[in-house]
Amino acid sequence: MAAHLKKRVYEEFSKVVQIPHEEAPAKKLRLSKPSKSAALHIDLCKATNSTDALQYLLHFARKPVETESVEGVVRILLEHYYKETDNSVRLKIASLLGLLSKTQGFSPDCIVDDAINTLGNEKSHQVLAQLMDTLLVIGTQLPESPAVRQRLIEVACKHLSDTYFGVRNKCLQLLGCLGMVDTPLTKDNEGLVRDVQSIISDYFGDQDPRVRTAALKAMLQLHERGMKIHEIIYDQACRLLSDDYEQVRSAAVQMVWVLSHLYPESIVPIPSSNEEIRLVDDAFGKISHMVSDGSWMVRVQAAKTLGSMLQVSPQFLEQTLDKKLMSDLRRKRTAHERAKELFTSGEFSSGRKWADDAPKEKLDTNTVNLIASGACGAFVHGLEDEMFEVRIAAVEALCQLARSSASFAEKCLDFLVDMFNDEIEEVRLQSIHVLREISTHITLREDQLDTVLAVLEDSSRDIREALHELICYTNVSTKECVQLALLELLKNLNKYPTDRNSVWKCLKFMGSRHPTLVLPLVPELLSTHPYFDTPEPDMDDPAYIAVLVLVFNAAKSCPTMPALFSDHTFRHYSYLRDSLSHLLPGNGLDLVDSRCGLGSVESAQLFLQQSLNRVSTIQNLEAPGAQDLLDFTIRDLRRLGELQTELAGAADFCATYLRCQLLLMKALQDKLWNMAVPLCLKQNVTATAAAQQILEETYKLEFLYSGLDSRQVATIHHVRLQAKALQLILTARTRQGLDSLISSCEKFLQDIESFQRLFLTELPHLQDSFVDKLLELMPRLSSCKPVELVKILQTTLRQSGLLQLRLPEQTMSINSRTMRIHRATATIIEPTGESDNPLRFTTGLVVALDIDATLEHVQDPQNNVKVQVLYPDGQSHVIHPKPGDFRKPGPDRHRLITQVYLSHTAWTEPSQIEVRLLLAYSSSSTSLSSPSKLGWSDSIDSLPTPETAVEGTIPFSKPVKVYIMPKPARR
Amino acid sequence: MPEIKVTPLGAGQDVGRSCILVSIGGKNIMLDCGMHMGYNDDRRFPDFSYITQNGRLTDFLDCVIISHFHLDHCGALPFMSEMVGYDGPIYMTHPTKAICPILLEDFRKITVDKKGETNFFTSQMIKDCMKKVVPLNLHQTVQVDDELEIKAYYAGHVLGAAMVHIKVGSESVVYTGDYNMTPDRHLGAAWIDKCRPDILISESTYATTIRDSKRCRERDFLKKVHESIERGGKVLIPVFALGRAQELCILLETFWERMNLKAPIYFSTGLTEKANHYYKLFITWTNQKIRKTFVQRNMFEFKHIKAFDRSYADNPGPMVVFATPGMLHAGQSLQIFKKWAGNEKNMVIMPGYCVQGTIGHKILNGQRKLEMEGRSTLDVKLQVEYMSFSAHADAKGIMQLIRMAEPRNMLLVHGEAVKMEFLKGKIEQEFSIDCYMPANGETVTVTTNPSVPVDISLNLLKREMALGGPLPDPKKPRTMHGTLIMKENSLKLVSSEQALKELGLNEHQLRFTCRVQLQDPHSDTDTLHRIYTHLKSVLKGYTIQHLPDGTVMVESIVIKVSSSTEDPNTKVLLLSWSYQDEDLGSFLSTLLKKGLPSGLC
Repeated sequence: MAAHLKKRVYEEFSKVVQIPHEEAPAKKLRLSKPSKSAALHIDLCKATNSTDALQYLLHFARKPVETESVEGVVRILLEHYYKETDNSVRLKIASLLGLLSKTQGFSPDCIVDDAINTLGNEKSHQVLAQLMDTLLVIGTQLPESPAVRQRLIEVACKHLSDTYFGVRNKCLQLLGCLGMVDTPLTKDNEGLVRDVQSIISDYFGDQDPRVRTAALKAMLQLHERGMKIHEIIYDQACRLLSDDYEQVRSAAVQMVWVLSHLYPESIVPIPSSNEEIRLVDDAFGKISHMVSDGSWMVRVQAAKTLGSMLQVSPQFLEQTLDKKLMSDLRRKRTAHERAKELFTSGEFSSGRKWADDAPKEKLDTNTVNLIASGACGAFVHGLEDEMFEVRIAAVEALCQLARSSASFAEKCLDFLVDMFNDEIEEVRLQSIHVLREISTHITLREDQLDTVLAVLEDSSRDIREALHELICYTNVSTKECVQLALLELLKNLNKYPTDRNSVWKCLKFMGSRHPTLVLPLVPELLSTHPYFDTPEPDMDDPAYIAVLVLVFNAAKSCPTMPALFSDHTFRHYSYLRDSLSHLLPGNGLDLVDSRCGLGSVESAQLFLQQSLNRVSTIQNLEAPGAQDLLDFTIRDLRRLGELQTELAGAADFCATYLRCQLLLMKALQDKLWNMAVPLCLKQNVTATAAAQQILEETYKLEFLYSGLDSRQVATIHHVRLQAKALQLILTARTRQGLDSLISSCEKFLQDIESFQRLFLTELPHLQDSFVDKLLELMPRLSSCKPVELVKILQTTLRQSGLLQLRLPEQTMSINSRTMRIHRATATIIEPTGESDNPLRFTTGLVVALDIDATLEHVQDPQNNVKVQVLYPDGQSHVIHPKPGDFRKPGPDRHRLITQVYLSHTAWTEPSQIEVRLLLAYSSSSTSLSSPSKLGWSDSIDSLPTPETAVEGTIPFSKPVKVYIMPKPARR
Repeated sequence: MPEIKVTPLGAGQDVGRSCILVSIGGKNIMLDCGMHMGYNDDRRFPDFSYITQNGRLTDFLDCVIISHFHLDHCGALPFMSEMVGYDGPIYMTHPTKAICPILLEDFRKITVDKKGETNFFTSQMIKDCMKKVVPLNLHQTVQVDDELEIKAYYAGHVLGAAMVHIKVGSESVVYTGDYNMTPDRHLGAAWIDKCRPDILISESTYATTIRDSKRCRERDFLKKVHESIERGGKVLIPVFALGRAQELCILLETFWERMNLKAPIYFSTGLTEKANHYYKLFITWTNQKIRKTFVQRNMFEFKHIKAFDRSYADNPGPMVVFATPGMLHAGQSLQIFKKWAGNEKNMVIMPGYCVQGTIGHKILNGQRKLEMEGRSTLDVKLQVEYMSFSAHADAKGIMQLIRMAEPRNMLLVHGEAVKMEFLKGKIEQEFSIDCYMPANGETVTVTTNPSVPVDISLNLLKREMALGGPLPDPKKPRTMHGTLIMKENSLKLVSSEQALKELGLNEHQLRFTCRVQLQDPHSDTDTLHRIYTHLKSVLKGYTIQHLPDGTVMVESIVIKVSSSTEDPNTKVLLLSWSYQDEDLGSFLSTLLKKGLPSGLC
């Protein structure tokens, strides 16, 4: 249905242009019905039997109807409706009415009465149901008229007593969508005033499960529309939890959940005792109970909902992990408890004794509660469920609950760790992610860490990487744990050398998190000896680097540590500091002369700000001096970005911006402007190139960096405008064709307008700038001749100064990590480009090349990231990876693991192709253009301006060379 | 009142030789036909003479249902069908039908060939018996005859294990066989819909146990194996050929796959291979994971697990070997054990319970020196681990199943009496339903309250619907008028007119008349008019007519007024109504007896 509607809307949109042409000559025929409806009328009259009529209607439904003719069509349909005896035709008409009233721009209030009237003498239940559906559509189309609503609701109430479940369903749906809680609704026989809720809740006890479901759904719909559901419903909903039908139970779970959020603190009695508990606890218990329901759909639903019930009391929450074990009526400790006990007693897990888990104390038979009332063991069941959907839901719920309760997080740790062993990879992965998310609350015990680390040998890369991610955030308790983790990681590194980066990163965090635990390990790790010099380890050994990363990161906050280092360690530090700067701390090691001079992030920040301020004085400088200053500043900023990863984005952004300015300045200061046109051809070329480059850079600025605010975007656009002006001037100077000049002038004027429109709020900040001046001259510009315009532009461009770049406020505060400027980057990990063995394949066939890349700070990579393959002959292919190839290992990070297919005609010898990643952009997707562009109606009058329709790609990864060799096919 | 009778011939307060007789709605059904592992005499098989002293059982049983292929559930089947004599249908699921004869044949071989017993069933008998088997599909309703129908539900436990729902008319019984409520590596969890049987006959092996999560055990198991392999040791896992062995295989296979391990895993051959073949075949009976991935790869087509050859045991390097039998009392597992026992790097993992007297039992109890035959002793240096993987529902699982099925009565079998007692108490307390635990040969009788279906004429129903205001509420009984006709074994509820027509009877009018004395000083006509206005004000929504012939009609009730002969102030009202208007008529008479209100003009 939805596809159909969409198609119709689409057709309608594409047809719009034609109408004026058709209508123009037919002005006189105002009285006649629009052609469409007339045709329908004739068709329907021609139809001799119902099958024909149905065919016509079906045919008709495929074509769009113009807004103005909808009413006519509706009238004809209604007319036919009354004449028609066949149910199926009437049904189709009814559904068409609904479709038609959805037509954009048509207000269905004129057909409400007719639609309601049709209900009156309808005998067929199916048609009635369809009519109710139509009324529902009409009602939703007219949200502003309470009178119509009221009428529709009354109609719905009347038909609620229909014997056919479909009609009742639709009536309930209508009540749910349109009913109002605050206005008392109808008076029933006894003259009682009843509201929508009590009417709907009457149908909770309907004989048909579908109607019961519909009633619950209607109630949920009411809630979604912001109406407050009465607390009385709670009891009724709870009763429905034990319904025979799964869809009812599923809806009831939702209902109970909604109510538990509305009235968490209400008190409800526990049946068969005179105790009372909070409603949210009661609901939690009841939903927990549903985790062992017979239907897995309900189980999923229940497990999911549990996660968001954060207000539940801790003792109930902890019960969900409780499962009292017994054996032969004697209490048994769970394996978890045993493990903990063994750990605390200092003995390592033996497990070797038969009946090691032998039950101890004798249980009193009366206290054993087999069907636990309430939440008992809900998660234990959920995590052991047969369906992985339920298990995943349970894991997610655990995560949500654990995040809000530290003690619960502690408790659920064992269970999550157990899930690392699930048979389905998705579940394993999910539980690792979850553990990472709650890891702030927990400290792993040694035995737990052991289990966690065992997974490092998993052959699935996703699992390993997730686990590395987890270890980055994990707190451990003892130095043995650190050692254990290091050992396992090194083992991992040995087994899967491709995990190198990820393992190093892991150790970086490990070190910086546990400096004091690393300290006692240092001599052992670096194999130093108090008396003897030990041989210098190989600097290229990944394992040694891994150890160094751990140690140096720990040393950052542990000033006593460097004393333990030997000489070569210091040397290695400075080497690594340069080669793997992202892994090593930027400062803090007084062992090394901090040649970067910059202290913390704050001082880097300060430096950045100062540089920018310094640049703002540029106006006062002479041309060569200004250029030098810019040059130096750019260099400084780039270096700063390399050293201070946290500011890399911002520094890079500034540097690129300044580079644009520099280019612009150079282009403008060339002498060419005073020369005659024919003499300056050469300079012209450089200036054109500069303009082109500036344009490219501005796109990079706009789309490669995230976290920009509108002010910065305006600045970027401003530069772009300047570049365009420059281009225009250059065109004017070189080309003689006036036509092209006129059109480019017009285009430029449009650009200015759209700039003004887009950045209306930012204009006050742009005072004295190029645009500001242009806008002042705007009335003159739009009327003057191109040549004159070019002249004006030339002077304005030269006079206008540099627009100072302001970094967003958020960047200045260290704490808010979110709003930093980040540069989208991509690193291709595989292929490495180091292989000398060409990839051989037969021409005409394809070869698959595995690509593995990490993307950082890329928004919506599924749509924007593309792979480009450049062949030596200049051919290039752009490949769009499947959405499933992107994984999200962490916030703001994506991982692209995909295959691209290569093919080429035969070569005589192997050669290299280049592979790189592209970031596709289209300016219509910028945050500033309104998302309402999708609406069909308004796109008709305001055609997208050329400026906003710019699309392109930015290469944002280093190209990687792959050696390939297409062999000629053997015959 | 109709009754359902249940008599366990085996498995009543006992584990082994499951055999339960059920009489329901005039049908006799035998559930399972197993043997007892503990006996070698007549007690081995159920006592079929309970059913009939001599002669064949065919006349006394309507069908036999086998829940799964374990011998304590099907071991006596050829004996019963061929030696005692039964020709009726035997129902079992497809996997059970496939695997059951393998086990029976194996059982026969051991008893006849090894122990040299005579008078035992032959291979041919097993074949003949299997010919009588009718296979069942899950959730397929099979009509045994016109009245008796059975339906199988998934039970977990072992491949092809089923629970059966037996239904005659509106009476029904569910028999669970053995079942497991927690899924494992190769099978899913038992499931049943809310069928509300009259009796739920459930196994209760673990009536007093609540088990720890399966994951811990699995993880421990894998960790132990992994550690031992990494040390370069050899791991021996004694198993019985079917069931748990496959689960452990899957567990190890996936672990090997995940962890990229290279050490070989061997499975001692024998009947396992044949059985493994069936496991590959019956993918639909396995758990979600295996079902979903078999398109890429059938999990039972093991990549890392290879067939074992006796000579491999001496190969250097780490390896894992599954060997039968499970209690280390004989055969290959014992041979391998002897070879490996001397090295402390090696390990033996006992995945199940061991009977007293077996080597398995001894080493589990920590014995480090074993006396072997021929007075030699064996030093046990290898590590001994115990890992219990059992596939029965624990107490919580049983309760969960009861909650799923919502039976009216509960009957426990296949468990120890003491443990059952505990569970029985719990069930009665939690669900407030009756729970029985009959011993072998003891009959439990449960009276049922079946609903009697009556055809109702549509016209009558529609008329009632038209009368009654709101929608019919299924939860509330409602009275209606009609005539019940019993004719040729069928019951019919029709309107009285139709009944008259059908039976060819004349309708008799039954009218009630009643006199009411009223003190009223007005004239007759006035009184009548006063009555008219009074009734008009009281009975809104009824048609009340004042007829010219001096009567008032309320619907079809006639009211006349006449003065009493003695006292003109005493008026005698004559009320007359038909039987159909009894309600209204009696209401009117009581109303008029109260007299007319004085305020009337």
